[in-house]
Amino acid sequence: MTGGVEARAPAGERRWIGRSLSRVEDHRHLTGGGSFVDDIAIPGLLHLAFARSPHAAARIEAIDAEEARATPGVEAVLTAEDLSALQRFVPMLNRPDFVPVETPLLARDRVRHVGEPVALVVASTPHAAEDGAERVRVTYERTDAVASIDAALAEGSPAVHDDAPDNLLLDAVFKDDPEIDGVLDGAALVVEATFRSSRVTAVPMEARACLAEWDGRTERCRLHSSTQVPHIVRTSVAGLLGLPEHRLRVIAPDVGGGFGQKCVVAREEVLTCIAAQAVGRPVKWVADRQENLVADFQGHEQRYEVRAGFTEEGVLLALDAQVLTDVGAYSNHPFTCGVEPLMAAAELLGPYTVRHYRCRTRAVATHKTPMAPYRGVARPQLVLVMEGLMQRAARRLGIEQSEVRARNLIPDDAFPYTTAAGLRIDRGSYGESLARCVDALDLDAFRERQAAARREGRLLGLGLSCFGERTGYGTEAFEQRKMAMTPGYDIAQLALDPTGGITLSVGTASHGQSHETTLAQIAAEALGVHPTVIDVRQGDTDQSPYGWGTFASRSMVVSGGATRKASLRLADRLKHLASHLLEAAPEDLELRDGAVVVRGSPSHSVTLADIGRIAYLEIHRLPAGEEPGVEARATFDPPGTFSNATHGCIVEIDPDTGAVAFDRYVVVEDCGVMINPMVVEGQVRGGVAQGIAAALYERVVYSDDGQPLTTSLMDYLVPTASEIPPVEILHLETPSEHSETGAKGMGEGGTMGAPACVVSAVNDALAHLDIELDGLPILPEQVLTAIQRARA
Amino acid sequence: MNDVHLITITVNGRPSEVAVEARRTLADVLRHDLGYTGTHVGCEHGICGACTVILDGEPVRSCLIFGVQADDATVETVEGLAGDDGLDALQESFSEQHALQCGFCTPGFLMLATALLRANPEPTDDEIRDAVASNLCRCTGYQPILAAVRQAADRAASPDTAGSEGNGWGVWEPHVDVPREAEQPGGQ
Repeated sequence: MTGGVEARAPAGERRWIGRSLSRVEDHRHLTGGGSFVDDIAIPGLLHLAFARSPHAAARIEAIDAEEARATPGVEAVLTAEDLSALQRFVPMLNRPDFVPVETPLLARDRVRHVGEPVALVVASTPHAAEDGAERVRVTYERTDAVASIDAALAEGSPAVHDDAPDNLLLDAVFKDDPEIDGVLDGAALVVEATFRSSRVTAVPMEARACLAEWDGRTERCRLHSSTQVPHIVRTSVAGLLGLPEHRLRVIAPDVGGGFGQKCVVAREEVLTCIAAQAVGRPVKWVADRQENLVADFQGHEQRYEVRAGFTEEGVLLALDAQVLTDVGAYSNHPFTCGVEPLMAAAELLGPYTVRHYRCRTRAVATHKTPMAPYRGVARPQLVLVMEGLMQRAARRLGIEQSEVRARNLIPDDAFPYTTAAGLRIDRGSYGESLARCVDALDLDAFRERQAAARREGRLLGLGLSCFGERTGYGTEAFEQRKMAMTPGYDIAQLALDPTGGITLSVGTASHGQSHETTLAQIAAEALGVHPTVIDVRQGDTDQSPYGWGTFASRSMVVSGGATRKASLRLADRLKHLASHLLEAAPEDLELRDGAVVVRGSPSHSVTLADIGRIAYLEIHRLPAGEEPGVEARATFDPPGTFSNATHGCIVEIDPDTGAVAFDRYVVVEDCGVMINPMVVEGQVRGGVAQGIAAALYERVVYSDDGQPLTTSLMDYLVPTASEIPPVEILHLETPSEHSETGAKGMGEGGTMGAPACVVSAVNDALAHLDIELDGLPILPEQVLTAIQRARA
Repeated sequence: MNDVHLITITVNGRPSEVAVEARRTLADVLRHDLGYTGTHVGCEHGICGACTVILDGEPVRSCLIFGVQADDATVETVEGLAGDDGLDALQESFSEQHALQCGFCTPGFLMLATALLRANPEPTDDEIRDAVASNLCRCTGYQPILAAVRQAADRAASPDTAGSEGNGWGVWEPHVDVPREAEQPGGQ
């Protein structure tokens, strides 16, 4: 791989990479100057509301829209009948074990989850649109719903889709080691366990929103959408509308969080465009929180039934796993309902050196809201499984839990390490991060404190979780998953303007991740300019090169890599032009302080502003044949690179209430070269908060007949500043060999590690009572019940 | 539905008359009638606090107040915080402490903390946490927000400690409890 020489330089020699610059994004958000979709006001704007299914499973007998159409302010009502000319929306995975199913844009003859859109109403105000939506009369004939994995797999249960009579949309044997049964039979210790993770939802503070307008002058559609993936939306929506892509412009303005929920294409994005076309005026739809909690993508509902064989020394020899994922009623596009099941199977083994592996993984359709990637994507669950196994082995074998982990982690001399699942893990600091975390928590002192506390009837526990975080997935990774489109590479374009300003256009789409700052830092490092000189353009398909957006902790590796490569090319172009102006050889030139300078002769220099002016406005000053302009472009498509971390925490459980309180929370993380440590720490803290939320507070609850019961933020408990503890962060730096800057992605690690760490701590606190909790979330009543049972 | 009322409302010192449908919230009036879109609506049921504004001196959820209830009232929104000389101390602290990521909840937290620091200029850490726990943020994990409010309060108490470069690109000091150690384990 080509290495980023400057970026890899020791920290002290880097100019902009590695500095905690405050963010260029901040000013507009601090002054109310941000522009989110609902902030956009344009003349003639109409508003859209959806009539959504109140039933989890029903046949639609009739839809009567007359009263809705007669509602004051209502301009139009559309149902499935009005969409018959459109393409079908069928998320695809090119695998024989995958069952493709159509996601109707508006339900036709059946509804398959509460919240499924049945009709759309366009009106002069949002209130009038909601009035109209309430008056769409739909005659349903309710049918039996399946609202859990067990219900869906039960003999004779109703099929969510006729094409999948067994309710399996994916059933894959990922790996089947023929020797595994023998190894398990001969193992000194076999642990059998079932781990469960409740369904959760991302709850970005800005719910999904779209504004579509058709420009009669250019005959083009412009869609503003709160999305993480503007180009994927353009390709998908244009395809469904039957438009050439150049006639659709998708703009993601400021986006108020995504966490994966907005990295898939939503029906509403297509429908808002259709509505705007139908009424010939701009139309806006803004999801309210109830729609967000009921009808927008959810995730993480998984069950792992595992059998693991250990040696007497606690070395994990073999793992046999059955993974079941409740994927809800439809596949998402473009990742499909395979995203969690396949991630689980490929990455279950984590950073542990188990050599015998078997995994069957299934996507189970239910009459619930569809699943999409949510921060972590199966990895919070698989880390829970592996750490739970380590802790059980430690308990059964009488070994300290940190020691069992240490004995199983990939050793420092084994990189690159290929797992039994076939995954290639690049160099990390797995053992080191565990050791540092144990030191930071002072494990030995804690054990004494814990014993003393137990004598007083207090319950203290120490939890750990070790994991690798695969990031920067390239084309190859998505091809292996057999995705129809393979969102691996990205492109960066740079242009110097006649005043010396530099525009960097990228296909990623930051929505809180600070790329306007960090990508500028990468470019500034290579170009010898202050980062403020660089203006980052993203999130607008008319302004950005084709790119895959921001998800899967890909942007700093992929877009950052493309940015660095393009920057080095721009630097070469600048040197080439300067060589004419300075009458010096390009190899004798360097970029420094906004100028091209003759090395060793700082008075001989030409500023970037001068080069820009000459290259555009005074091209006559350059030799004949020299092309005008100063531009560069590069792509990057990495093989993927693993960050790693160890989380550790100390908790105290209130034996009277079952509540879990944090004493300390420590993260020792290694994401390679940090572009901006402040931003890295922000991602860690936010990720840990979401992980703690999943561990102790949040769950989407459905009744047995598929009614969602957590439909407001009073029911779905997003934690506040009172619940989330301070997070102590220690950094290690193992530069990636697979990224241009040495950086590894790290946007999801906090969420991946925290649930397992918290569960580990709770179980550690209750170890003397022989309690082993293995599901997410751990609610106070579960803790209390377990304590009471143990003491009974 | 056509129950429209004429109200007078003063926002950030500027009085306006607005014809308001009775069912429109104060958030609707601010955002869509008057164009103060810095106030964001995150849940419309009073939990997330993104829509917090200061109404006659008190922080309120503008999604839980009808526009007509704000007749003759004085409202402060995020657009009114920065002065002619730039960001105020709280806004600067939010940036320096990385107390915002996507920025959607930020105006609500700023207005909440502005009201807190006016009522209680020298809050304890617990008092800050209690106040900040009124609102939801999904990006930051809250700790940087607590740190930002703490910093703004401390700077107001001893103004000579203010050290912002004020250019939006100031170098931020990591507020980790354990010192950063940049190493390359396993050799490199």
